[in-house]
Amino acid sequence: MSGRSPSSTRDRRPAARRSGTTATRVAFGAGGVLLVVVVWELYKAIGPATGVVIGDLTVLPRTTDLAMPHVWDMVGRLFEQTGNGRNAQPVWLAVTQAALFTLGVAAVGWVVGVVVGLLLAVLMQRFRTAESAVLPWIVLSQTVPLIAIAPLVRRWGAQLEFGDFTWESWMSVAIIASYLAFFPVSIGALRGLNSPDAIHVELFRSYGAGWWRTLLTLRLPASVPYLLPALRLAAANAVIGTVVAEVSIGLRGGIGRMIIEFAQQASGDPAKTWAPIFGAIAVGLVAAGVIALLGVLLRRFRRGEVPA
Amino acid sequence: MSEASATAAVQVTAAVQVTGVDKVFTAKRKPSVTALDSIDLTVAPGEFVSLIGPSGCGKSTLLRLIADLDTPSAGTLTVFGKTARQARIDQEYGIAFQQSGLLPWRTVAANIELPLELHGVNAAGRRKRSAELLALVGLGDFAESYPDQLSGGMQQRVAIARALAESPRLLLMDEPFGALDEMTRERMQTELVRITGETGAAVVFVTHSIPEAVFLSNRVVVMSPRPGRIRDILGITLPGTADRDEHLREDEAFFENVSRVRELLHGEAPVGIKGVENR
Ligand SMILES: Nc1ncnc2c1ncn2[C@@H]1O[C@H](COP(=O)(O)OP(=O)(O)OP(=O)(O)O)[C@@H](O)[C@H]1O
Ligand SMILES: [Mg+2]
Repeated sequence: MSGRSPSSTRDRRPAARRSGTTATRVAFGAGGVLLVVVVWELYKAIGPATGVVIGDLTVLPRTTDLAMPHVWDMVGRLFEQTGNGRNAQPVWLAVTQAALFTLGVAAVGWVVGVVVGLLLAVLMQRFRTAESAVLPWIVLSQTVPLIAIAPLVRRWGAQLEFGDFTWESWMSVAIIASYLAFFPVSIGALRGLNSPDAIHVELFRSYGAGWWRTLLTLRLPASVPYLLPALRLAAANAVIGTVVAEVSIGLRGGIGRMIIEFAQQASGDPAKTWAPIFGAIAVGLVAAGVIALLGVLLRRFRRGEVPA
Repeated sequence: MSEASATAAVQVTAAVQVTGVDKVFTAKRKPSVTALDSIDLTVAPGEFVSLIGPSGCGKSTLLRLIADLDTPSAGTLTVFGKTARQARIDQEYGIAFQQSGLLPWRTVAANIELPLELHGVNAAGRRKRSAELLALVGLGDFAESYPDQLSGGMQQRVAIARALAESPRLLLMDEPFGALDEMTRERMQTELVRITGETGAAVVFVTHSIPEAVFLSNRVVVMSPRPGRIRDILGITLPGTADRDEHLREDEAFFENVSRVRELLHGEAPVGIKGVENR
């Protein structure tokens, strides 16, 4: 009993900084982007126009301007007008507005998903029976394809009515995003809440601390190293969920619809197709950045971080 | 019967009173393990009692029963005249284990203040107490350090300070120096003798080391395994606790006591006792 988990002093030291200084990390990041650009342009220059086909299978894409516009064309297109009509505006502005809209909806979905995931994890931690009853459903929930639940959510939402409140389409999208986001949170948080060593749990028992105090003072802080990767995953899921749900619900104003709309004009304006895709990437980066910031704020709880 | 209770009433309430305690662990599809078999033990207030015996003889189990981290299968167990459960709720004891069990996200001071914080002591009171305790264990300069910045011995001292935070009348310690090197260990022993001398707390101390048990204790409880029983209880005849310092380790009387404990441990079963260090 005394020889329980041998958490020696050495295990507790903060993770060694593997990736060097901030400057070198930024350099590596920029290098990675540059590498993608170089490979793209190189293949476009030397690859066959019809693409690489083995048998009937196209293993590498065509290199025509239609399929693979030059990187500078894609970037340049961002600073031209969306079209010739009255509502024309620079592409980058349209994309930014759409990206902000999508980011907002995804954020709502993320928050709802995180709250639900945390509540489920706490419930499962508290009651063993809840864990065996709920956990299989949580896992199963993620096997239902998005396309199947989108119409359901919209129909149910439309039937909601109390007072002045009316259900709007963006709420359906946020719910779908949260449906994807809650899963990693509930699993990660459950692991984290159960992560304290028996010695810590017994110490709190010896202090006569109840379940609630133990949750707040021991289990929640101890779960942070497990929670952060889960929150990051949830953010990525929320963004993807929002973009896909915008398409399947038909919500206007976000990146999802814009990708479809611009893709329909691809034959005449291939570079434009890529603008909203850059927007989607930007949304993902912002989401990841927010989580990284959260990690910095919570760094005190990551001392002796476990490799998740 | 009435005579016995009359004498008990005259005496001071014992810090720990264990009477006829059994502990049987039962598990599905496994033979049950009798960890403790009819244990009787009384620890007086302010007394230092060590439990020693081969691995698996139930030392930790006995300590955990006293701490109400587990319940006996039979027999009664009181701490300062209360049930073990009540004594735990009333914070009658402080506890320290082989691992320091510090919370890595709390500073040294905040770790020591943890029990005070859980019991609603205000911030100023907590600060004052943790400063006192840090001075007591000689870590005054490390209040704002984090546990991972301390050596193993320093962490263990923080854990002991935390156990002392609420000035308990009873300290329960399960091999608290087990993971330390010999030199740190002896220094910690000397400090523990000094600290318990100053606070007047009773101590139940589990150890594998015969010299450690002799150096620290008023009485040494020698246990035997399968089933866990008390083989004998040995009073240590040494100068009073206050005089126990480094010179004692070279003393004739010290070695005599070490030999007596060793003989008791090995006496009935000269071979095959594992887990006891003869250092
Ligand atoms: N939770 C448990 N479930 C089942 N058996 C247990 C449990 N805890 C202890 N035991 C058994 O009780 C016996 C005594 O264990 P205990 O930990 O008290 O020994 P110990 O004297 O502290 O040994 P060590 O010196 O190695 O720490 C052992 O045989 C052990 O297998
Ligand atoms: Mg033990």
